[in-house]
Order: sequence, then structure tokens, then C-alpha cells
Amino acid sequence: MGKKLLIHNDKVPGIATLEVYRAHGGYASVEKALKTMTPDQVTDEVKKSGLRGRGGAGFPTGLKWSFLAKPEGVNRYLVCNADESEPGTFKDRYLMEVIPHALIEGMITSSYALGAKTSYIYIRGEYFYVARIVEKALAEAYAAGWLGQNILGTGFSHDCYVQVGGGAYICGEETALLESLEGKRGNPRIKPPFPAVAGVWGCPTVVNNVETIAAVVPIVNEGGEAYAKIGIGKSTGTKLISASGHINKPGVYEIELGLPVEEFIYSEEYCGGIRNGKKMKAVVAGGSSVPILPTELILKTAKGEPRLMTYESLADGGFVTGTMLGSGGFIVMDEDTSIVKNLFTFTRFYHHESCGQCSPCREGTGWMEKILKKFLNGTANESDVDLLWDIQSKIEGKTICPLGEAAAWPVAAAIRHFKQEFLDVARSKKFVDVSHYNKLYKVNA
Amino acid sequence: MKVTIDGIEIDVPKGTTILQAARLIGPQVAPPAMCYYTKLKTSGGYCRTCIVKVTQGSTANPTPMPKPVASCRTEVMDGMVVENFINKEILEARKGVVEFLLINHPLDCPVCDQAGECKLQDLGYENGSAKTRYEFKRREYEMIDIGDKIKLHMTRCILCYRCVKTAEQITDKRLHGVVHRGDASEISTYIEQVIDNDFSGNVIDVCPVGALTDKTFRFKQRVWFTKPVDAHRKCDKCCGKTRVWLKGEEVVRVTARKDQWDEVEEFICNSCRYDHKKTSDWVIEGPSPIHRNSVISQNHYQNLNELKVQVMKQQKALGFMPIDKKP
Repeated sequence: MGKKLLIHNDKVPGIATLEVYRAHGGYASVEKALKTMTPDQVTDEVKKSGLRGRGGAGFPTGLKWSFLAKPEGVNRYLVCNADESEPGTFKDRYLMEVIPHALIEGMITSSYALGAKTSYIYIRGEYFYVARIVEKALAEAYAAGWLGQNILGTGFSHDCYVQVGGGAYICGEETALLESLEGKRGNPRIKPPFPAVAGVWGCPTVVNNVETIAAVVPIVNEGGEAYAKIGIGKSTGTKLISASGHINKPGVYEIELGLPVEEFIYSEEYCGGIRNGKKMKAVVAGGSSVPILPTELILKTAKGEPRLMTYESLADGGFVTGTMLGSGGFIVMDEDTSIVKNLFTFTRFYHHESCGQCSPCREGTGWMEKILKKFLNGTANESDVDLLWDIQSKIEGKTICPLGEAAAWPVAAAIRHFKQEFLDVARSKKFVDVSHYNKLYKVNA
Repeated sequence: MKVTIDGIEIDVPKGTTILQAARLIGPQVAPPAMCYYTKLKTSGGYCRTCIVKVTQGSTANPTPMPKPVASCRTEVMDGMVVENFINKEILEARKGVVEFLLINHPLDCPVCDQAGECKLQDLGYENGSAKTRYEFKRREYEMIDIGDKIKLHMTRCILCYRCVKTAEQITDKRLHGVVHRGDASEISTYIEQVIDNDFSGNVIDVCPVGALTDKTFRFKQRVWFTKPVDAHRKCDKCCGKTRVWLKGEEVVRVTARKDQWDEVEEFICNSCRYDHKKTSDWVIEGPSPIHRNSVISQNHYQNLNELKVQVMKQQKALGFMPIDKKP
């Protein structure tokens, strides 16, 4: 049984209310930080903890905080990225839905460390009901004096606002999120300047994922060193994994980083094995944009070592034989799954969500989708596999924001590991039915 | 700050972008740019044709940048080493970008009004491939009238955002922008509202392709049959310095003057652009400088002297006697 720090109380009835949350030790980190620590001490604890960004990139949070420009007389902001749109990822929703106060507590503590008087929680449009839950919790926190002027009589004042987005994947990219937060079209900005220098309203801003901010709470409570003891190497602490796909027990699991992938998939405590007694075919380990891996490579690295749920182990072998931990959207596919069909679904998503600013992503994602559609229609040729490969290589790394890469990587990995399947589909000239998708999305494919 | 581009070193002030530094060296190293426009703030970074490889970040931090960068939006650092035309990877990537720009662009240059002065034509000629690999239906839109003088044909648009920035920065009311997203993005004037502004016509000049065209000139003439001359008049709204395109005695259109990089030198007002279509309205200064590779400079008298010199040089080299010096 792994240690749980974030969702250990999730089964307690009424934990979404301030009263119950407080009775289970809630807001202790705010008291501890505001009364006994200086902002720099909080940042130091986060640095010591080795906490890495839980949104996908895995950038060390303490380091990110220390990059924040602190000019005199300029407001600083903390923005919580709750625009969780990566297909296969639903951990933040669970956290906000079940324990909204954990996020608010983290926001106050983190804002204290950063010296931010105002913070925003940017929630994606599709999570409208989640935004209501968080807003209700915010109102409770304001009423109890955890937010507002002069919190706990320490002189620290803080305001937190919930902003609901319009429902766009691209607004999960931090600069697009800031644009959207400012009320503009959600287009990614061209970097530099980075948000740490000029973020929301042109002021220094830190953008962190929901889970990252919530993880600040146990770090402050128990100390950075205690947190760093969990996990392996540079992957410290616990991580929420959204397990989905053809498994017996899909859901959100909190794991200690370092758990073997095999144990995660097959143990009764977590996914509980593949459903209907089928064999596993492939796994997308960190949300739809990370490279897909076949069974033999997800369970063991190319060197034959067992693969662990850590940033390093999953990335072992680069993109040739490895993948990424990403946002923790763990999608398992059984032997009956068509990788071609799956890739079409992913690519359609990226085509639909491309913002249209830079040409490789705008034109390339649509092109890839059309070619994959040919595979499903049974009109593809073998040469289309090479064409797909060429298109993805011309998108990757040439775009303004990482959406280009997010669209290119799944295509590259699927062809790299399952080329034979693409060739077989192309040769068979058979129609693969995807009509049920058309009912789901009103996308002209 | 010293920066080396394709092996040529140049000293530039702080805040200069790689593209500007490359342009200072000259066209032999300057990357092509479809969306960047010196006169428009925050333009650039969208089309990705100007991408270059930075093999050395700076003297202080010599690590190379992992990805190709957009040279129009990346400022130089002291000791930066940049590879553009000498880097095969970049040329290949640029070829990819040009292909992406062309897959949804109609290849009907013979009936397009922009032909002859289209940046995408030049770019495709220099970096494109002879055949397309795209086999699907191209994106199509209905033509829209933006006011009574401008025609917008989104089918040809490459979404460079130049006109959007122009509308934002040159005109006072922002009624012009992008709607929808992804490859369904459209330049629009929000419910086709008329841009009612003295400087709205400049969006025609900044458009690198034939998406925004002058309705008073549309299909009147092919540009290479006209003669551009620099002219001026007294104007209380703008500088009054324009380029007048003549066909015989007739003024077929008026545009702003463009520099070596096909960028407007000074924006002009709609009155100069549309309302003064008589030769007597203008004081003609002389033929406009047009690049010798441009199709517009064909039959152009300005280059006649240079041409004569060139021909004589060649004749001399081949051992011919000059015609006029024959005994």
C-alpha cells in the first residue's frame, strides 16, 4: 500500500466542505507557513522536496518559483492551470471535485511563498460544475477568513478567483491560458518573454498545475525532506494517475513514484489487470500526446530493466524505445484495439484543437487526419505511411507552442512501433467503421 | 553585439532580432519571411519560414538551441552563431513549411491578381517542390467585400496576421481580426462590417498573397504590364509619397512604396490610394526600384543602362565587338 498525500481523505463524507476538511487537518499548512515561516523558507522547502510540475513537462517547481521576477512595486500572480484537457487525464477534476479545499489551501500557501496578492484558478469550460464546487469552497474559505484581508492576523492578504475558460485544449498551454484569462483569444504567446517575467497583465506570473499546487500542502506540513524520501532519484513524492482503457478498475490512483509499471497495471490495488482476460497490446503512459509503447517496451526498458512509474524510467531510451510520464493519463489498450483507429482519434483531436497561428500545426494536423481517414476508408496506400512519417517530422519542433509536438509524437510513435499494422491496413483495403465517433463529435472529417 | 550568420560576422545593437541582423548583412543570408513586418509591432513568428538554427547561444552560454527558432522573434545575443542557408536541416524544415503553406493555397496563379508580386510565389519557387503530395480538397471560402474598395478572398490567405496587426496598429478602430481556430481560421471583419478608416487600404499592401486585393485595380492589368513610378502629392493625412502604377498615361493603381524586403516604407491614406487616379494629380519622381529578378522589372527602362553595360561586358568576354563601336 503506497503512501497517499493528496487524496487520502477522498472517501470521507462531506470532505468538500470546510468544516470536515478542517477537522481532518485542513489548512494546517497555511497556519504553519503564515505564522512560522518566511516566504523564502516555503520556497526552500519546495526546492528541497524535489517536486516537479505535474502538468506534463515535469519541470522542478522550486526552480520555477525561483525564476519569478520580483521587481519592486509590481504585482505578482499565481495562476492555477486547471484546464485539464489532455485526453486520458482526469486527475485534476477528481481532486477539485472531491477535495476542493486542498487546492485552495495550496493556492494560499504557494501565493504566500511567491508574494502574490492575487491568484486565479483557470478551469476549463467543460468542467463547469467543477468550477461551481470550487467557487462554493472559495466562498466558505472567505467566510472563515482563510482568504481576504489580513489572513490569520499575519498581515498577509490574498484574493483568489475562479475563471472558467471556453473549453479549448490550447488554453492548457500556459501563455494561451494567460491570454484567455485576460479575456483575449486563447493563442499561445511567442516566448520569450516567459510568464515568470511577463505573464498575466504583463506582470510576473507563475503557472502551476492543480496537482502541483495541492502537493505544496503536504510538503509544507511534513517538510520538504520527508517528501523527498518518497520516490526514486529525481522523481519524488506521489503522483495522481488517471487510469483508463481496457482495464478492470479504471479510475484515479495516487501512487508513490517508483512503482513498477507492471505492478500498477496488474495488481488488485490499482488497475486490476486487463479486462475480460485479454492480453495487453499497448500503453499510452502520460496522456494522448506522449508516445505509445507496445507491451514489451512498457513493462521493460530496452535494456531489460523493469520500467518504473518515474519521470526518468519512463523516458529511458528517449523516444525510440521510451515515452514520458506526462500528465499521468495512463491509457491501456488490449489486443483487440486498432492502433490506426486510435491514432485517427488522437489526430482528429489535435486537428480540432490547433489554434491556427503557426502554419506547420495548422495545416499539418489536418493533413495527417485526412491521411489517417484514408486508412480507415480502406483507400490508403503503403506509401501513405512514409508520408505520415514525413509530415510529423516537419511539424515537430517547428511550432510556437508544444501542441505541434503533442500532435506529432503520437503519430511518430505509432508508426515506429506498429508500422506493420499500418501496412496491413493499407494492403487490406478494408473499411474500418468509425461512425460512432462521428456522432460524438461534430467534426467534419 | 557580435553575431555570426552563415559564417559572416556583423556587429548589431542590443535588441536586434536575428532576421534584422541577417538583413543588414544582405539577401545572401536573410531568411525569407512571410508574416514578419518591420513596421508592425508583435508581427512575426507565425509562418515559420524564417526558422534558423542557433548553433551557439552566446559567448557566455555557448550551448546550441535545441529547436530551430523563428529568427524574426529571437533577439541576438553576444557571440551568437546562426546557421541559415548552410544548414541542410533548416532548408529541409523550410521546405516542409512551404509545403504546409501551399497545401491549402489554390495554385491558380494565372488567374490570381497578385501574381507577379506574390511573396508565396517567390517562396514556393525558391523552396518548394515541383509536385504536391496533397491529394485532398483544398480549403475554400466565399469572397467577402471589406468595404467598397477591398476584396477578401480567404481561400488564398496564409494567415500571416499582418493585416490584423495593421488594422490594430494603423487604424484606430479594431474591427478586423481572426475568427474560428485551427485550419478553419478566417480573417474577418466581424459580421463583415465595413472598415471605415482612412488607412484601411494598407491591409492590401501588407498582404503577401492575393487574399486582400484592391477592388479598383482587380483584374484591370497584370502587374508586369504596368510601370511603377515613385510619385508624391501634397496630402494632409499621410506622407503623400506613393508608388503610382502606370499603363501608358493612365494611373491604374496607387500603392505605398516598398523597400528591398517588400515592406511598406510609409503607410498611405485611402485618399491617395483610391481617389487620385489621374497623372496630373501626381508629381512623378522617376521609375521605382524593382528587384531585377522580379517579373515586374521585365521590359523596365530603369535597368536599361545597367542592362547595356551587362550585355557589353558579356560581349567583350565572348570576344565580340560592341555593336556601336564596329568599324
